[in-house]
Amino acid sequence: METIITVLVGVLVMVAVYLLLSRNFLRIILGSAILSHAIHLLLLAMGGLKEGNAPLISEEGSVYSDALPQALILTAIVISFAVTAFLLVLAYRIYRDTGADNLDSMRRDFDD
Amino acid sequence: MKINDVILQTVTKIVVFIILTFGVELFISGHHDPGGGFSGGLVLASALLLLYMTYDIETVHKGIPFDFKKIAGLGVFLAIAGSMVPMLFNEMFLTQKKGEFQLPIFGATELSMELLFEAGVALTVVGVVVTILLTISEDVN
Amino acid sequence: MTNVLVLPLLVPLLTAVVLIFFRESLVIQRLLSVLAAAGSAAAGIYLLLRVQSEGIVRLDFGGWEPPYGILFVGDSFALLLVSAASVVTALILIFAFSTIGERFEKMYVYPLMLFLLAGVNGSFLTGDIFNLFVCFEVMLLASYALLVLGGRKVQLQEAFTYVTINVLASWFFLLGIAYLYGAAGTLNMAHLAVRVADSGHDPILTVISLIFLIVFSLKAGLLLYFWLPGSYSAPPAAVAALFGALLTKVGIYAMIRLFTLVFTGAPGLTGSIIAVMAGLTLIGGSIGALSSRDIRQIISYNVVIAVGFILVGLAAGNEAALSGSIYYVLHDMVVKAMLFLAGGLMITLTGKTKIGEMSGLLRNYPALGWLFFAAMLSLTGIPPFSGFIGKVLLGEGLIGAEMYVLLTLAFASSLFVLYSLLRIFLNCFMGESIIGPEEQTPLRKRTLLPVAILGVLTLAIGIGADWLAPFVNDAAAGLADPNVYIEAVLGSGGTADR
Repeated sequence: METIITVLVGVLVMVAVYLLLSRNFLRIILGSAILSHAIHLLLLAMGGLKEGNAPLISEEGSVYSDALPQALILTAIVISFAVTAFLLVLAYRIYRDTGADNLDSMRRDFDD
Repeated sequence: MKINDVILQTVTKIVVFIILTFGVELFISGHHDPGGGFSGGLVLASALLLLYMTYDIETVHKGIPFDFKKIAGLGVFLAIAGSMVPMLFNEMFLTQKKGEFQLPIFGATELSMELLFEAGVALTVVGVVVTILLTISEDVN
Repeated sequence: MTNVLVLPLLVPLLTAVVLIFFRESLVIQRLLSVLAAAGSAAAGIYLLLRVQSEGIVRLDFGGWEPPYGILFVGDSFALLLVSAASVVTALILIFAFSTIGERFEKMYVYPLMLFLLAGVNGSFLTGDIFNLFVCFEVMLLASYALLVLGGRKVQLQEAFTYVTINVLASWFFLLGIAYLYGAAGTLNMAHLAVRVADSGHDPILTVISLIFLIVFSLKAGLLLYFWLPGSYSAPPAAVAALFGALLTKVGIYAMIRLFTLVFTGAPGLTGSIIAVMAGLTLIGGSIGALSSRDIRQIISYNVVIAVGFILVGLAAGNEAALSGSIYYVLHDMVVKAMLFLAGGLMITLTGKTKIGEMSGLLRNYPALGWLFFAAMLSLTGIPPFSGFIGKVLLGEGLIGAEMYVLLTLAFASSLFVLYSLLRIFLNCFMGESIIGPEEQTPLRKRTLLPVAILGVLTLAIGIGADWLAPFVNDAAAGLADPNVYIEAVLGSGGTADR
């Protein structure tokens, strides 16, 4: 199971890198969002995908799965959400103020 | 062309209450079961978003005249101030205490200090999510 | 109780939140924000004195003992930085009162500055690597918002680069944490140090340490500083001063902490990589500082040079070099804030940004000119100012480690710092005055006061180096021998029980 997740992470990172290398604002932002999710998945895989009960008090069982990666991921998702939202607003503001929707036209505008 | 959104408006009126109830349920079950302030808050925020999408911003604002930035601020304040309470009693920061209380209607209920923290988280999430989406959408018009 | 330890994080955070409700009342905004920064400084200094008498203090949140819970650890190194950061922030806030303008004040500039301070203090104090990530993000989110505040075109454009670079670095930080958790199974820094040492410094851990090296190099501007000069010269003077004084220092702190505490196993490899990077940073920063003509760009490149200079100490890694680095970090926080504020004043007073466009300011504003001159001397390392002691100790450490190339580069960079700033001084302050006495914008005393206090501080650090010495030595000793930190966190049994 870990292997499949790791391969999936690799695919996601590949997509993210491709998007990040483009010049369009929206693609860069999507790339950053996808990269963050790839890393969240990796974090989950790194905790070990063992069989076990949910780490909750009401569950009966002797084996519990590791709860820490999930707590970490939750925090990281919140941060990724905030950052992505900020980037989207920023890109929109730049588009509205300068009409630029990619790095090239932003630079050109900047040099004047 | 005016878009016909009778179905959306009618469904929203009912569905919003279902979503809000589900949000509260998630929030309350958070201590021992899946749920909690964050997911509860997100569900509550999604109900508000549905309202904003169906009716326009002004109409909703008449019904819910809050500044959502302040709601987020209040949430963070609750979460921090709640975690600081143990410091007054010479306990470590973020120490949790819980107890059984006899409440009307609910009967014997276990309440924990964490409720305050989680309420803060929920309010923050609602405030921040709605603020972000309003900021993006407001100047489109 | 050790609850005081959390105050440098909580006081600014709580005040920032309260200030959101007092958007319209400028008096309350100003008063509370400066009180919060002062309070955080007071807590830092109080703890610093306590650490002297009773050793490293720690606070387990909610009573969860390490390594299970998250915690704050206050050692001399962290607390020195907390105190300095809070004092500098308080002074920058006072400067902002009279310069930043009402439009900014109503756009939550003070709460954002306090959020930034909370993130910085949290990063210094935390004993858990994931919390370090979270505090970094608090700090960075505040800095993103501060950078675009006002919404000028240049700011928005610079912000996009800055945010994208930092977001990517953050995801790599998270990637490093994921690998570290997979390899070592813990995130508590002291526990990590034990586990990493136990594994006999597995090569995989060295690879992971290189991920962290890249991340913190991006954040601190070590070699990967290409984003820095542009974004630090876009915002208003007070915000730029806050960035220049605090942001890179957090990256430096994280790098020093991690490479002296956790990844100590391959000093040959990481040490030489850091040495090469620091050397190249010194060269690149010097070239940048010499080639720009924009005052803010020159000052921003000086930030880059300082980063290289401080991390040369980490590359040498012995106690003398580390204490030199610590002195220099403290000195640099104060002087960079001073330099950014003075440079910002020059720009607001004349309305020009290039060095060729202004001259003779010394006749109009003598006090500002001499303060700038003092900052320049201090950065170059001329006694009795604060730069001197750091440079001497660092030099001693480098000779001890027999790193003569780095030594040459580090001290040659001082000359370039002197030259680049002297160029500003000669061009802008000397010569014929371009502003007649009647069209001169008056420079109010309370605007200049914080800059003057920073000047006094740099003099005080230089003259009072003896008084500061016990704290710095304690900090350097703690960095040189990680067992002190580990025992303070895991208890004396911690090292045996593993």
